[in-house]
Amino acid sequence: MSGMITPRNAFVAAVIVVLALIPVYAAMTGNTFMMTLFTRIIILAIAAVSLNLIMGFGGMVSFGHAAYLGIGGYVIGILAKEGINTGFVQWPLALLVSGLFALGVGALSLRTRGVYFIMITLAFAQMVYYIANGLDRYGGDDGLTIHKRSEFGGLLNLSNRTVFYYVCLVLLLATVYVVWRIINSRFGAVIQGARSNDRRMRAIGFPTFRYKLVCFVIAGVICGLSGALLANHTNFISPAMMHWTRSGDLIVMAVLGGMGSVFGPVIGSVALLVLEETLPHLIGFASHVITGKEVVAAKEYWQLILGPMLLLIVLFARGGIDGLIASARRG
Amino acid sequence: MADALLKVSGLTKRFGGVVASDDIVLDVARGELHAIIGPNGAGKTTLIGQLTGEIRPDAGRVHFDGQDITELQVYERSQLGLARSFQITSLFLDFTALDNVALAVQAHAGHSFHFWDDARRSRELREPARDALKRVGLADRGDVLVSNMSHGEHRQIELAMALATKPRMLLLDEPMAGLGPDESSRMVRTLRELKRELTILLIEHDMEAVFALADRITVLVCGRVIASGSPSAIRTNAEVRQAYLGEQEVVTDAGAAHV
Amino acid sequence: MLYLFEQCLNGMQLGMLLFLLAAGLTLIFGIMDMVNLAHGSLYMLGAYFAATFVEVTDSFVAGFALGLLATLIAGMVLEVIAIRPLYGRDHLDHVLGTFGLLIFFNELVRLIWGPEGRTISLPSEMLTAVQVLPGVYYPLYRLVIILATLAVAALLYIIVMRTRVGMLIRAGASNREMVGALGVNIKLLYTLVFGLGAALAGFAGMMQAPISFVQIGMGENILILAFVVIIIGGIGSIRGAFAAAIIVGLIDTIGRAFLPDLVRYFLSYSAGSSAGPALSSMLIYLLMALVLIFRPEGLFPAAGK
Repeated sequence: MSGMITPRNAFVAAVIVVLALIPVYAAMTGNTFMMTLFTRIIILAIAAVSLNLIMGFGGMVSFGHAAYLGIGGYVIGILAKEGINTGFVQWPLALLVSGLFALGVGALSLRTRGVYFIMITLAFAQMVYYIANGLDRYGGDDGLTIHKRSEFGGLLNLSNRTVFYYVCLVLLLATVYVVWRIINSRFGAVIQGARSNDRRMRAIGFPTFRYKLVCFVIAGVICGLSGALLANHTNFISPAMMHWTRSGDLIVMAVLGGMGSVFGPVIGSVALLVLEETLPHLIGFASHVITGKEVVAAKEYWQLILGPMLLLIVLFARGGIDGLIASARRG
Repeated sequence: MADALLKVSGLTKRFGGVVASDDIVLDVARGELHAIIGPNGAGKTTLIGQLTGEIRPDAGRVHFDGQDITELQVYERSQLGLARSFQITSLFLDFTALDNVALAVQAHAGHSFHFWDDARRSRELREPARDALKRVGLADRGDVLVSNMSHGEHRQIELAMALATKPRMLLLDEPMAGLGPDESSRMVRTLRELKRELTILLIEHDMEAVFALADRITVLVCGRVIASGSPSAIRTNAEVRQAYLGEQEVVTDAGAAHV
Repeated sequence: MLYLFEQCLNGMQLGMLLFLLAAGLTLIFGIMDMVNLAHGSLYMLGAYFAATFVEVTDSFVAGFALGLLATLIAGMVLEVIAIRPLYGRDHLDHVLGTFGLLIFFNELVRLIWGPEGRTISLPSEMLTAVQVLPGVYYPLYRLVIILATLAVAALLYIIVMRTRVGMLIRAGASNREMVGALGVNIKLLYTLVFGLGAALAGFAGMMQAPISFVQIGMGENILILAFVVIIIGGIGSIRGAFAAAIIVGLIDTIGRAFLPDLVRYFLSYSAGSSAGPALSSMLIYLLMALVLIFRPEGLFPAAGK
């Protein structure tokens, strides 16, 4: 049904156009903060899309997805520290290590389901977090500064903000396209069937475990890419990249945007991170209007609103933003 | 019996102190419709669980077409051509009817590690699925979401999915459960047609349907086979009458309430 | 050898704390089928309440008693307002909803108590060390933690195994519908169980407070350890939580104390210093992986599940 002009497709197109025009706007206004923010949004959107592949379509609620961000980032950082700066080595290795970790975690955690699965993925991510804390050579809990971004010969200069931004954007769009192909393929049918009714899938002849495991690995690899980008973006790695609340943030992005569609998590990450930046100002403004004077403290407590808002979204708006826009799920 | 497609010998399963299957011996010949009856708690569900591989027996073997399948996984048995329908409807509720059946076709069309081409545009999957829907009388309902369909239609889809796996044998777990009179007679008609080309093991509470369809009947009471034979032999078997048919009314009532 | 004994006591003490958290979590899992990420917030609240009440009453014991009561009430109020609508939803909803609550509580605590954190000073008589073995002195307060928690565990055992409410809890853990069919006021039972879990978590938080620091987010890392305890012990099983908590506490503490030296001994000094801490923090997760491979249901799965 691609090619149809529905409100939802129009909205998705608008989001993409806005994302593509951010560097132009930033160049015109000299607003570098905007560039930094949206580079970050795009990178985390890649992670959220990959999470949604297993969570939204495969029914595997992973609460340890930030671990792959960390692993991807640490591979870049560790190689850079050891003097290997070429992206042709760094990036494939980042994806490979993320994939291998996903293979191990998936092989263990997919033996279980429900609550167990959530807690096990969380626990293994926490293990990686503590290992990173223990890596004294690579900064321990202080983290490590990366002095050189990944080098791709004369091909790409990632140190240029605009180039880096568009690299991230292209990779995001490629990710969305690949995931979209996957979920509509035979493989995707198996994954979604297993989410809907795993027992029945086995009864009609599918060895669902191996399909779910492969799906889990694909998501890990994509998220590892996001981690590699994030390390390049901030020129810094630290265990905080994979703090478990970051895994929570990724889930929030996917649900906020809408788990039913491939693009939903992109909308979710834009919404969450923009909200994070603007909500403090809004509260400050509102308290200014109400009390007639500047209330500095009010800005700080914006999470008091975010927390209950999450609860309300869970209770009353499970389709997410995408669900509100599209009347029909999965167009 | 040399020509048995499904051969069960000495099958035993205990749950704690309860013996749910007690040394069950059962042969289903090629091409026959074999019915299993028995009062509630006779161990029919445990038996079918062991045939499909969801329950591991404590002792005994299951052979399918000469091959020992006792240790095989659920999906491996399905791959061999042993298809089942579920007593309690077990479908992909958020998919359309056609998508449900197409998945069953896909399960038997080679591995599914195809990541790129649109599965919904694959004629290899869609056409057999449409055929299977047509066979159960749902040709024009393919694009409806299963969650929006009636219970009777769900039972038909269950059957279509089993058929779509191109089985050599069908294990039908109470296909009439919860059906109204019209739907029941339609199901009996469908089964009578299927019987011509497939071996069927039917577990059913509806005695009228069982005696109308079965070539042979096995009676299960308290996990044990107490009789096995033609419908007329079963009807006249004293032990069966005493243990089971005497309370038939009670049983069929309970069977209806059970669902 | 004496050092090992001391580390074992430290491990016991960590294990006991983990048990207090895990017992509440596992009850809430087992009975309400509910994943509660905000459980660590109750641990934090317990510590803050105790800090405040100790300050106000100038009495350690009264402050703790009031703090416990306050956490119990906070837990029950939380259940009625925010947790109850989540029952029967899927686990993802639980995770998201209680993740929101966790963010909310961190911010609420910052609003009320400020960002600086608190300390609870022990009364002077608690600051001594006692001789537990000839030549081995151990801080009195840490012993008090171990003994107090053992007492709570015993009390919990009596409540669950010997009282009417306990019978309902056990029945609820293995068969939710049945309890409803018995005509029991399920809502009230759930609120009580949640309050009990909250009180246990709060108790853990306030017991730990004097030897560490009362601060925002203090309950988060230990919450994940408690998850590991539940996975190892088996969801819904208090007995499993108790055994697994002690195992995890001992392995974690002893691993941290000895593994770096062990690596130094077998490999090299620098390897021990750099890889040792990373390795020892992996230990309990390795244990968890082993349990998952060989006993996916946990070491002591709850009966009837």
